Amino acid sequence: MIATAAVALGGAVVALASVATLATVPDPALVALGGAVGAVARHLLGSAVDRDAFPLGTLTVNVLGSFLLGLLVFWPVGGDALLLAGTGACGAFTTFSSFSVSTVRLWERGDRGRAALFVAGNTLLAGAAVGLAAVVAAAAGPPGAA
Amino acid sequence: MSRDSQTLTLGLVALGGAAGASARHAVGGALPGLWGTLAANGSGSLLLGFLLYEALRTDRLGDRTRTLLATGVLSSYTTYSTFIVETTRAEPLVGAAYLFGSYALGFGAALVGRDFAARVDPREGREVRA
Repeated sequence: MIATAAVALGGAVVALASVATLATVPDPALVALGGAVGAVARHLLGSAVDRDAFPLGTLTVNVLGSFLLGLLVFWPVGGDALLLAGTGACGAFTTFSSFSVSTVRLWERGDRGRAALFVAGNTLLAGAAVGLAAVVAAAAGPPGAA
Repeated sequence: MSRDSQTLTLGLVALGGAAGASARHAVGGALPGLWGTLAANGSGSLLLGFLLYEALRTDRLGDRTRTLLATGVLSSYTTYSTFIVETTRAEPLVGAAYLFGSYALGFGAALVGRDFAARVDPREGREVRA
């Protein structure tokens, strides 16, 4: 289930980003389409790994989505593909509002250690994922160079 | 969950995701640089705090409404990936201020949303906002 959702998201992002005729699609439609794909992928993956005791689903989508957006930004993919896969899909796949509300919920129900772990985990793992994406993008070379 | 209701859920999430991402893009177009993401993340945390605490206090919000608005619209309207990429690419001092400022705003906004839900609904029973 988790693997399926992750592969589906990765495949969708790569496929969408590699479409060469995006220029014919209006920008708002690119963002909306990417947003729909990202939200569905987040729901599938997040509900598969989330736990009552800890919002592991939100942490997972935030780290994975940050890595994917990092790849797009550092590779770099620009213009319409970035609107579709970055602003739309990765933007919607990851979530700051669930992060904020989950942290507050953990804290006020007394799970302060878990709240701190959740905030630190999101920050450090997503930050590391962006760093890793920069390394991978640099190693891959610019688009089309291969 | 039946196949039909699973399909409906995914449809609501997709619809909400399209609307939320579009709204975030519009906010980003109206406000320069980091301010657009900050505004979307802060306002989205406020609204999600209100929505989820309202749902906890009462059962007024049905599952489908929550799926559309919380999982679909608000979760997509806010973004962690753009936030963290912007943080790592900013000048160190700006990045640190953006990181901690976003967290303070997000947590504060979620608390304000929670308190607003309590004010709208001071009792367990139904009390419609004027």
